[in-house]
Amino acid sequence: METVENTSAELLAFEARLAKDEVIEPKDWMPADYAKTLLRQISQHAHSEVIGMQPEGNWVLRAPTYRAKKILLAKIQDEGGHGLYLYSAAETLGMDRAQMIEQLHQGKAKYSSIFNYPALNWADIGAIGWLVDGAAIVNQVSLQRTSFGPYARAMVRICMEESFHQRQGYEIMVRMMRGNAEQRQMAQDAMNRWWWPALMMFGPHDKDSAHTQQSMKWKIKRQSNDVLRQRFIDKTIPQAHFIGLNVPDPDLKYDEENKSYQIGEINWAEFQQVICGNGFCNHARLSHHKKVHREGEWVRQAAAAFSVKQKQKQQDLATAMA
Amino acid sequence: MNNNENLYQFLLRCADDNLIAGQRMAEWCSNGPILEEDLAMVNISLDFLGQSESFMEYAASLDTTGKTSDDLAFGRSEREYYNHLLVEQPNDDFAVSMVKLLFFSAFQKELYTALMEGKDERIAAISAKAVKEARYHYRHASDWFERLALGTDESLRRLTYAVEELWPFTENLFETDEVYNSLFAEQIVPDMKSIREKWMTTMREVFSNGGVDIPANVHMYAGGINGYHTEHLGHLLCEMQYLHHAHPGAQW
Ligand SMILES: [Fe+2]
Ligand SMILES: [Fe+2]
Repeated sequence: METVENTSAELLAFEARLAKDEVIEPKDWMPADYAKTLLRQISQHAHSEVIGMQPEGNWVLRAPTYRAKKILLAKIQDEGGHGLYLYSAAETLGMDRAQMIEQLHQGKAKYSSIFNYPALNWADIGAIGWLVDGAAIVNQVSLQRTSFGPYARAMVRICMEESFHQRQGYEIMVRMMRGNAEQRQMAQDAMNRWWWPALMMFGPHDKDSAHTQQSMKWKIKRQSNDVLRQRFIDKTIPQAHFIGLNVPDPDLKYDEENKSYQIGEINWAEFQQVICGNGFCNHARLSHHKKVHREGEWVRQAAAAFSVKQKQKQQDLATAMA
Repeated sequence: MNNNENLYQFLLRCADDNLIAGQRMAEWCSNGPILEEDLAMVNISLDFLGQSESFMEYAASLDTTGKTSDDLAFGRSEREYYNHLLVEQPNDDFAVSMVKLLFFSAFQKELYTALMEGKDERIAAISAKAVKEARYHYRHASDWFERLALGTDESLRRLTYAVEELWPFTENLFETDEVYNSLFAEQIVPDMKSIREKWMTTMREVFSNGGVDIPANVHMYAGGINGYHTEHLGHLLCEMQYLHHAHPGAQW
């Protein structure tokens, strides 16, 4: 099968288009594996946006000021909106949203592991915006140049909103670090818990990454995990130091010559555990999504039944008039 | 202490109504029946919070002790909250939330329309902006009322339950007292009887569209605006004010 595909004229034409940095659209010919990889990645990305509403939603009712409450609600609303764009982008590859949700519930589709950590204190809302959205932006900016048109366009829209997410998160951290001793301690606690998981968001080291090579070749992925991770590290550590937060890495070194930080070893065993479903919140996140979906079923059914009845009514009216 | 006790009280009622309604609506965040509706409810919650803040800032400006809108929102106990009883009722399910929104938004759109003509310019300005949001909330809620009424047997059953649960709190929306009457005399607030009439006309229309009966001969509850609440409010505030109680004096 491989050899047949490799020699096909269509594949050669497809590769030639990629070589010229042309954008691939849903109606264009594409290798089945390219479509499959994209569908997996975009639906995973969509699910991540939606599951990510949970840890932040956990603090919406306790946000301590009008401003904080409004910003947090607006941010979560953005994330849900990102989910919608991404579901639509994925639907262009032939799977509808209901099926994607079904796959999520069956454990066949994944979402970002970062949301399998709990949001325990108010500073976590700061750390999520600053570190998690901060890491996501680095990745998503790079994906604005991904080869599949609907995905690239979704990324452009999303990136416009993401920088606000990162800023509002950092602003919470700044306020907490300027606050009383308890607040500073909460901020450091959040930093200690979110720093390493945020670094893991970029995925395994390049040498260990199974998908990276093919994805880079197809220009789905434009820059490698390690390159993106390092960009995030070098951008974020000075921001931490600026407000007096410690980076929880005893082996952290600054390379004067390259103006770059060298981090200690990432705990890949933990990464693997969370990926395979044993993170602290894996079960809770998924069962919450299932529960909400189940509880909302009667509403979706009512809306569907109503729209069928309305259409029938209009048809009857049209017949009567004719 | 403040410069104008009656006006201050009325502003707190408006601010509290919206704050509590917004907090309740925010409970749907990441819990909606479908993603689009989840986001619509977050949006409505944001509108309520914005309106609440506008009224609360006005109230704070009359306070001579230097309290901010946040101090007023997060620093009072349940006996010092003056929202109507309807908005503090728990969500239970989607039908309850939509019926609550229907009753409340139909009230707000009439109230704001009238307040725009009132003698207090700042209230009129806040209302002019808020009325657009209230009309949108009303459309959203009345659309769902119709869908649920004419959708499935289950949705009709849930809708009917929601109506029965919440109708007894509707008369309270039109309750007046000395505070209100004195502002009415100053032509700052409208005649509540005419607001009630318009509201009833709207309800008759919505209920008849859905083929649902308006409950008759039910006991109507009074309170809220005098600081007398159902037991639900305390729990809501407990959660909303958690950080302020856990870390007294901290700045957020
Ligand atoms: Fe997002
Ligand atoms: Fe974001």
